[in-house]
Amino acid sequence: MSARVLVGVKRVIDYAVKIRVKPDKTGVVTDGVKHSMNPFCEIAIEEAVRLKEKKLIKEVIAVSCGPQQSQETIRTALAMGADRGIHVDVSGKDYENLGPLQVSKILAALAKKEDVRLIILGKQGTFASQVDFQEDSLKVEREIDGGLETIKIKMPAVVTADLRLNEPRYATLPNIMKAKKKKIDTVKPSDLGVDLSSQLEVLSVEEPSQRQAGVKVETVEDLIKKLRDSGRI
Amino acid sequence: MMIQKSFHLFRSICKKWKKCHLVMPSCSFTKIGCFHHDLVKWSSARYFHHNQRWQAETPRSHSTSLHRFPFAMVTEHDIDFFEKLLPRQAITDPDVLESYNVDWLKSVKGSSKLLLRPQTTEEISHILRYCNERNLAVCPQGGNTGLVGGSVPVFDEIILSTSLMNKVLSFDTVSGVLVCQAGCVLEDLNSFVEENGFAMPLDLGAKGSCQIGGNVSTNAGGLRLLRYGSLRGTVLGLEVVLANGKVLNLLSSLRKDNTGYDVKQLFIGSEGTLGVITAVSILCPCKPKAVNVAFLGCSTIQQLLQTFRCCKGMLGEILSAFEFLDSACMQLLQNHLKLTNPITESPFYILIETSGSNANHDEEKLHNFLQHAMNTALITDGTMAKEDSKIKALWMLRERITEALLHDGYTYKYDISVPVEHIYQAVQDMRVQLRDQAKSVVGYGHLGDGNLHLNITSPFYDSALHSLIEPFIYEWTAKHHGSISAEHGLGLKKRNYIHYSKPAEAVYIMSHLKNMLDPKKILNPYKTLPDYIS
Repeated sequence: MSARVLVGVKRVIDYAVKIRVKPDKTGVVTDGVKHSMNPFCEIAIEEAVRLKEKKLIKEVIAVSCGPQQSQETIRTALAMGADRGIHVDVSGKDYENLGPLQVSKILAALAKKEDVRLIILGKQGTFASQVDFQEDSLKVEREIDGGLETIKIKMPAVVTADLRLNEPRYATLPNIMKAKKKKIDTVKPSDLGVDLSSQLEVLSVEEPSQRQAGVKVETVEDLIKKLRDSGRI
Repeated sequence: MMIQKSFHLFRSICKKWKKCHLVMPSCSFTKIGCFHHDLVKWSSARYFHHNQRWQAETPRSHSTSLHRFPFAMVTEHDIDFFEKLLPRQAITDPDVLESYNVDWLKSVKGSSKLLLRPQTTEEISHILRYCNERNLAVCPQGGNTGLVGGSVPVFDEIILSTSLMNKVLSFDTVSGVLVCQAGCVLEDLNSFVEENGFAMPLDLGAKGSCQIGGNVSTNAGGLRLLRYGSLRGTVLGLEVVLANGKVLNLLSSLRKDNTGYDVKQLFIGSEGTLGVITAVSILCPCKPKAVNVAFLGCSTIQQLLQTFRCCKGMLGEILSAFEFLDSACMQLLQNHLKLTNPITESPFYILIETSGSNANHDEEKLHNFLQHAMNTALITDGTMAKEDSKIKALWMLRERITEALLHDGYTYKYDISVPVEHIYQAVQDMRVQLRDQAKSVVGYGHLGDGNLHLNITSPFYDSALHSLIEPFIYEWTAKHHGSISAEHGLGLKKRNYIHYSKPAEAVYIMSHLKNMLDPKKILNPYKTLPDYIS
């Protein structure tokens, strides 16, 4: 198979870190906070690398849109087995306004440019829990509310990865060393002919309201009294 | 009414047991447990059944010829006094008492009928003064995570819990000195000081439950001793209540104070037998800005030791932990806890942690070291992490071994320190000694401190296996001039083996100190010092 696979990897705040909202409510605190690859993107990379190990595809390209630090995330993808990386350089105000619409335009442009048959992303749309590669099409098993659904789709296609798709490998030292030598190309969104202007404006970001403590009552009379006092009945 | 009944029942059982003891001098602790069975059945049998496996029989070594000292018994009058002193915190409910009477390993069980939970130092002072006058034995208890049976009563000692004394008294954000009550949970303290850019100088697997007072009174070691030193250096001051109720205020926050003998050092590591620690003043280091963890595989012990030497040379100033585990441990983690091995199978695994102030510098140093180790074939494989989530995942492979062992069967735990070049010899010699009698024989620990945790498991307690293990392990340790208890302390289980690691003159001085500070021996009796002292 001479297919190429494009995998989107995103640099996000590490899921073990406690998120704090900025005092001016314009967003969350990112300075000095530990970042790492989105765990679902790890699953996507793992799936792509497994397909390559099974010799079903030729090349895995890892893509990340963001500032300079996104290159670290691409390096991690390379250490896990991706062949080369593309860093779409978006920084500053453009990065803050980067929404799903802009990213999808970028990925579509890249897919055309690199002649990609399959794009694997972290979970957001369809939830694939098993992917079977066939000659010209893909058999995907996905989890839906009622159970499991198996569909056959033609390529080029976009597949998103769910938790149960696989368990991502740890990047071992020999691979980490090799990854240092793999190529990462940098492109600008304008090179791809993508307009980054956003239709959305963030008004404010707030923490979810604190859970109110429950109150224990001793008798039914107490309960009725409390309900009356708070205007519920 | 119920309480009187229980005391009569209890007294009659004690009489029965005392008789029994005179007839069978080698009566083990759990044989006592059998009589307590009646008491337990009456109070609450659920825990007993659940842990029937571990309860089969507690080893002889715990209590050869152990009998209850002639302390007074708790009476209704005493309970009245405590209820007045500590409204709602003088507890006699047997369901509540169940968990306080048993240690974390579920290997020893006491039969205390009274639990006290004071909130201030004054309350503890009143309690001890009263108990001293009345000749009532007291078992101080913190998080109850100790591994040598030192935190639970042996008979009916009153349990004195510091769990409600969990206030931080002060924290100096310039010097990093934290002053807090003894009942503060270690993990909570760590979160608290982290907000100001500091970290606690010690870290152990039990951090979610252990309390700082208990840590200090057992001189806990842990995973960061390599970097920050022992509590004997980081504890700046203590507030201790003595056996007669006097409050000894040595709670200074001074880094340097050479005025007379350093009395607080007596209480650090005394396991609650010389005084009850009520407040601690401790020096916290700055929280490292950059933490990296590497998990490596080695094929031989020689390579393991070489890697350690190389690591100290290339990473010395940023090294904050150097732990090891063997392939038997990895098997247990995979079988019982379903954790994955991040690298290829190896006979030995190393976990290295670096902590520093500059991420780029540290990563470069670590990369250089790892490249060197790989090129010289010191290590066969490895992985590294700098993200919080991955770091936690790698640490779990070391921190959860104790848990995996619990699932494997009855565990015989040994914690020895020897010169680092002999560290794994104990495991190999033990495997030869036991041949196939044991289910698993594993070794892991703080290689950087020369501290081995040797653990053996069998499906149920097996006294024949136990006699093969002890005193072999203690003699082996003594032969290599090591310590038979590197960090776990002596507690109940190892009190009679002190002579393997300390000369008679030292034990003699210890007994004098005990007589001076606690002449009635009411503080945590039957623990730490050998039976022949009393």
